[in-house]
Amino acid sequence: MKILVCMKQVPQKDAPLKLNESATWVREDVGYEVNEPDAYALEEALRQKEKNGGEVVVITAGPARAQQVLREALAKGADRAIHLEDDRFVTLDAFNIARAFAEAIKDEAFDLILTGLQSDDFGYAQTGVLLAELKGWAHATIIMHIEGKDGGIRVKRELESGFFQFVDMPLPSVLTIQSGINKLRYATLIGIKQAKNKPLRKVSFDEVASALRPNQLTIERLYVPKKTKQTEVIQGSAQDVAKKLVAKLRDEMRVL
Amino acid sequence: MAETILVVVEQREGKLNRVSFETLAGAQALAKQTGWTVEAAVVGSNLAAVAAEVAKTAIAKVYAIEGPALAQYTPDGFVASLKTFIEANKPRLVLLPHTYQVRDFAPKLAASFGAVLVSDAVGAKFEGGKLQFTRLMFQGKFSADVSVASDGPLFASFQTGAYRGDQVEAGESPVEFVAAATGEIRTKPEAPFQEAKQAVDLSQAEIIVSVGRGIKEQKNIEMAKTLADALGGEIAASRPICDAGWLPMERQVGSSGQTVSPKLYLALGISGAIQHIVGMKGSRNIIAINKDAEAPIFEIADVAVVGNLFEIVPALTEEIKKAKA
Repeated sequence: MKILVCMKQVPQKDAPLKLNESATWVREDVGYEVNEPDAYALEEALRQKEKNGGEVVVITAGPARAQQVLREALAKGADRAIHLEDDRFVTLDAFNIARAFAEAIKDEAFDLILTGLQSDDFGYAQTGVLLAELKGWAHATIIMHIEGKDGGIRVKRELESGFFQFVDMPLPSVLTIQSGINKLRYATLIGIKQAKNKPLRKVSFDEVASALRPNQLTIERLYVPKKTKQTEVIQGSAQDVAKKLVAKLRDEMRVL
Repeated sequence: MAETILVVVEQREGKLNRVSFETLAGAQALAKQTGWTVEAAVVGSNLAAVAAEVAKTAIAKVYAIEGPALAQYTPDGFVASLKTFIEANKPRLVLLPHTYQVRDFAPKLAASFGAVLVSDAVGAKFEGGKLQFTRLMFQGKFSADVSVASDGPLFASFQTGAYRGDQVEAGESPVEFVAAATGEIRTKPEAPFQEAKQAVDLSQAEIIVSVGRGIKEQKNIEMAKTLADALGGEIAASRPICDAGWLPMERQVGSSGQTVSPKLYLALGISGAIQHIVGMKGSRNIIAINKDAEAPIFEIADVAVVGNLFEIVPALTEEIKKAKA
């Protein structure tokens, strides 16, 4: 099975984010990491390949820094990588990112495309579904299990409130992967060495520009969310904090 | 002709998802600003009861889009039937609740009109003839005002809790049954099931001590459990902790786990991603302990402690034991 995994580099979870001057995006000078659900999507692709054979290709769109995500994926066992490299990819809306990916892989024949279920930055949760629409393929979202069945696949979708559902699907398909579908592996030292010699294709903005449309969603302004609640801040040594909290628990919240 | 807002409500096996009322309330609020008309549509089979329930609101019309192929949800079936309906009825704006089902089909539905869904919005306003939506970004650290450019219908989904379902304006509206146009359906779904009967019903707990990534290691869970025991409460966690297997999945609070509203929710090392917040923001009192002063959890906390939980939690446990002795 030939599998493409769409991955994204996002600011680290605990990175102290600051707004840029126009307050339309965050400043770039923070640490980055792989979007967590995408790491699970990669792991699932590697496991499918180990079980059924085939090839795992990883793709990302973003500035030069985003190459780190692809290098890590190659070190973990992906066979090759595609990097749509340009700063302008950062603020494209989900439909345009899907268009850019579709254009970049138009000469390839994948059986399965995996993405994480959503990104930690935009949180649109749409790129995978839109890619399926552009390719004319079936899709399923928030997937917790994948197995082969009768030339197609059988997947387990997570529903809300602890419910699940099995769905039989044809190939090729697009699946968006939920965090926790598997246990992530670490890259081995030998994997990191081998990654240096694996192919990484760079795609420029111009190469996919003809497939793009004007962004429909524009961020007019970013700001710290308005507080809806009065929050009392408690400070001091651990002992002080503990005493103050107990007073609150006893006298105000009445749970002691 | 006046413009229309179409609310696509959600049902499963003939039962209306209550979150639909929140979207209807949001549509009514927008209608007041725009002067547009609100209509609703529900998709499935045997929808008489669901449609009648939706019809008890102050909207212009309820459409029940029915077909035997829609008895079970599939993205192909729902998109094809809604696409045909929207092409015929030409609403200006289509609103949906941001449920797992909507996440599955709404991007595809919007794309079939060349549009991008404004997903997971927490608010909307109409200013200077333009619609603007508010979304949370960067895991809730920032709000974003987002404008949409599109000639055709606009599509947006509202996050759970964005509007209050109990504030939907009651009324009476006519129901019209529409025969659905469904094309080829490529996926074959089976019936939804629960993995195991949930042994722990966190929704009934009065006190919950919940742990997040900030707990760092599995062995530190014990410290949080000791605090929960001292308080006479239940232990719970955000998703990453359950994904790692440090606590069972049935202890998970959030959109994919349980929704809770205890008297006290004590969040230890939980940053407050949206998916977690929607599961616990109804708690009467929220105390959050986190080393990161910028953590979004503090936005909804009644009491915020910025500090080292590994020092505070043992001290707090001791103080509680003393107070209870």
